[in-house]
Amino acid sequence: MAQTKAKYLTLEEGFFAVFLIVIAFVCLIIAGKTYDQVMAFHTAIGSLFAAGGAFIIFKNYFNDGGLAIPQEIDGKPNYNLGPIKFGAWAAVFWGIAGFTVGLIIALQLAYPVLNFDLPWTSFGRLRPLHTSAVIFAFGGNVLLATSFYVVQRTSRARMPGRIAPWFVILGYNAFIVIAGTGYLLGATQSKEYAEPEWYADLWLTIVWVAYLLVFLGTLWKRKEPHIYVANWFYLAFIVTIAMLHITNNLTVPVSIYGTKSYIVWAGVQDAMVQWWYGHNAVGFFLTAGFLAIMYYFVPKRAERPVYSYRLSIVHFWALIFLYIWAGPHHLHYTALPQWASTLGATFSIILWMPSWGGMINGLMTLSGAWDKLRTDPVLRMMVVSIAFYGMSTFEGPLMSLRSVNSLSHYTDWTIGHVHSGALGWVGYISFGALYCLIPWLWNKKQVYSLKLVNWHFWISTIGIVLYICAMWVSGIMQGLMWRAYDQLGFLEYSFIETVEAMHPFYVIRALGGALFVVGALIMAYNLWMTVRHGEAEEADTVGAGAMAPAE
Amino acid sequence: MSIWKKHEVFEKHSLVLVIGILVVVAIGGLVEIAPLFYLKSTIEKVEGMRPYTPLELAGRNVYIREGCYLCHSQMVRPMRDELERYGHFSLAAESMYDHPFQWGSKRTGPDLARVGGKYSDEWHRDHLVNPRSVVPASIMPGYPFLLEAKLETRGIEDHLTANAIVGVPYSEDMIASARADMLAQANPDGDDVDAFLERYPNAIVRDFDGNPRDVTEMDALVAYLQMLGTLVDFSIYDNKANLR
Amino acid sequence: MNEAYNSVASFAQTWGLVYFVVLFAVVLAYALWPKNRSRFDEAAHIPLRED
Repeated sequence: MAQTKAKYLTLEEGFFAVFLIVIAFVCLIIAGKTYDQVMAFHTAIGSLFAAGGAFIIFKNYFNDGGLAIPQEIDGKPNYNLGPIKFGAWAAVFWGIAGFTVGLIIALQLAYPVLNFDLPWTSFGRLRPLHTSAVIFAFGGNVLLATSFYVVQRTSRARMPGRIAPWFVILGYNAFIVIAGTGYLLGATQSKEYAEPEWYADLWLTIVWVAYLLVFLGTLWKRKEPHIYVANWFYLAFIVTIAMLHITNNLTVPVSIYGTKSYIVWAGVQDAMVQWWYGHNAVGFFLTAGFLAIMYYFVPKRAERPVYSYRLSIVHFWALIFLYIWAGPHHLHYTALPQWASTLGATFSIILWMPSWGGMINGLMTLSGAWDKLRTDPVLRMMVVSIAFYGMSTFEGPLMSLRSVNSLSHYTDWTIGHVHSGALGWVGYISFGALYCLIPWLWNKKQVYSLKLVNWHFWISTIGIVLYICAMWVSGIMQGLMWRAYDQLGFLEYSFIETVEAMHPFYVIRALGGALFVVGALIMAYNLWMTVRHGEAEEADTVGAGAMAPAE
Repeated sequence: MSIWKKHEVFEKHSLVLVIGILVVVAIGGLVEIAPLFYLKSTIEKVEGMRPYTPLELAGRNVYIREGCYLCHSQMVRPMRDELERYGHFSLAAESMYDHPFQWGSKRTGPDLARVGGKYSDEWHRDHLVNPRSVVPASIMPGYPFLLEAKLETRGIEDHLTANAIVGVPYSEDMIASARADMLAQANPDGDDVDAFLERYPNAIVRDFDGNPRDVTEMDALVAYLQMLGTLVDFSIYDNKANLR
Repeated sequence: MNEAYNSVASFAQTWGLVYFVVLFAVVLAYALWPKNRSRFDEAAHIPLRED
């Protein structure tokens, strides 16, 4: 194919180059003028990243002289896999980092001496690091990588742009670095799951708009007449997160030379907006996005279409309609008016139906292929993740009931519930997707060792069970102890007695977390060996041998 | 048939799908959030509420920076055990000047909504430096560095201005004298105390960290903790007016 | 105090319910409409048909 050399940078390259250079200069000016050391550090990093990005754009241009990238090779779409590869490995890296920080803070609750009494190692700064690392760094990179993969494959078209996809994935990870180091250095908005300060939020908004455009651009280029249902879920995730992110982070910075800002919402309104955001971060980031993964990777791995495409349509609209209402159930018995929290609880109960509809749809995709669960630990991991999804979406509505919530709220029960969803559902569907994606991206037949996948599965499953059970017991126990009265009508336990009673469960929880980390390390080794030593796709050896029986 | 052709637009036109998603998800939020701006109980001022003093605001920012909200709630629910353990249930008005709110979602430690005045400054100081020196079974981290850290006084006027922009009633006088007020509250022997108390009636003026030489982050944090939940006088508060 | 609030609340409780039921009926009818079956079957096979 004859390729034409462009004389100038393309419009896209020029735009990004100028944009990055401007960012680099603005950062440099702020870094020079501020007395806020965190701001100086972050703007210095920002300046370096932006200047580096601009440099790479020019370097690439001068290296290949602006060769146009073919959209198709031999009649097949020339998929853009580079950013996906980066995202997949970033997910593995951040996953292990996030799980490890989680283990550290779990140990800190059992053995407080591990806080070391230093600012940057104390629980209060590490916990947002843990939640952001697992949700936004691990989960976010999984979503970016899989969405870029799925939207290209199901559209049979290459992502638009040369710089834009890289800008999205690298810009997003730059956001993670800024946010994470910010927490350690004390820059936080203190809004749970929205802790990054105003400048990081602003940067994420820019990256997110680019993400939406790249995603939509791929859909616009598609050769398929239909938009596959997984892309609906990805799109709902992208669009809704944008809306939530902007509304929940409307702040007035004290000064552009400082990290601190004040949110425009006050008190009750802020609480409502925060949990409207917080619950829908669960609904649209940790549910809709990962359901998209389910709707693509499970059929693909099971080699049969989704059980009911009709059900998936009902699932989609019902889920996004209902989820958005559920937030106020986080605020039962607070100063929020009761009608709002009751409304939230009502919708949470109704939400149980589409959630289980989706679960049934995912599980029944395997009907007629259940035997694969015995031989394919990757598929088993994804199926168990769907089972965990069913479990936590059953537990959630239960906990949103006013009477149950009065006991469960403020206790470890909430933590246990979150982790049955996070470790079981989000974790396992992501691991399943990575075990599929990495061999596909590097043209390997299969992961390096299915036996290791099996080990990963069982070790982390034991970890999850330990974790969830410990938190159920400690949560319910503490809730009951708080409201226990002695025979004379006095409160039976002082607060600190309830804290002491938690100790054994905090130890068990940390043990569960440690097993989960071990599992993830096994996965990282396995995936690394897949890339380095995996069997190439074309090689025709005794292929059946790769499907070793379980155990 | 033909009407369903119309729904095909969702499958085939991604922008229509985007708008459909936005319409569906925006309605839930609007219905739940918008009324809060009209509802009396959420915006009505209660006798005694005042904006934070500059020192308290700085202390609140230390509280936020160290992630205290991750283990301590500031929201007493109207249940018998909580009322006995912590005091009167929290009113919406009590967080009306909070940007952001600090209700929290977890009680690894006890609720702090009414911790003000329950312990002495010395207790707070010892407890923050080494929690296990006063509560042997505590699992709280120690914050000895707060005693050493001199409070940042630069730019405190901008903090008040930013709060004023988002609706906290700081007067121009309060903003202009923010820095002096900040130092005055931790220095009971200073000359600016009377002027400070005129601007913030009933505020506590004490050397909170027991170190008269410096105004530290410990001063600020303890000042904040000692005023939490103390602004509304519940002996004269009309309980029925806001019962929920 | 609550006129604005009451009107918003009653609007949500009546029209909100109607909106919700109608939306659900439309989605359900669309998903189950017999003529759409072949289209959906085709769409369901998109992930499996790729090169």
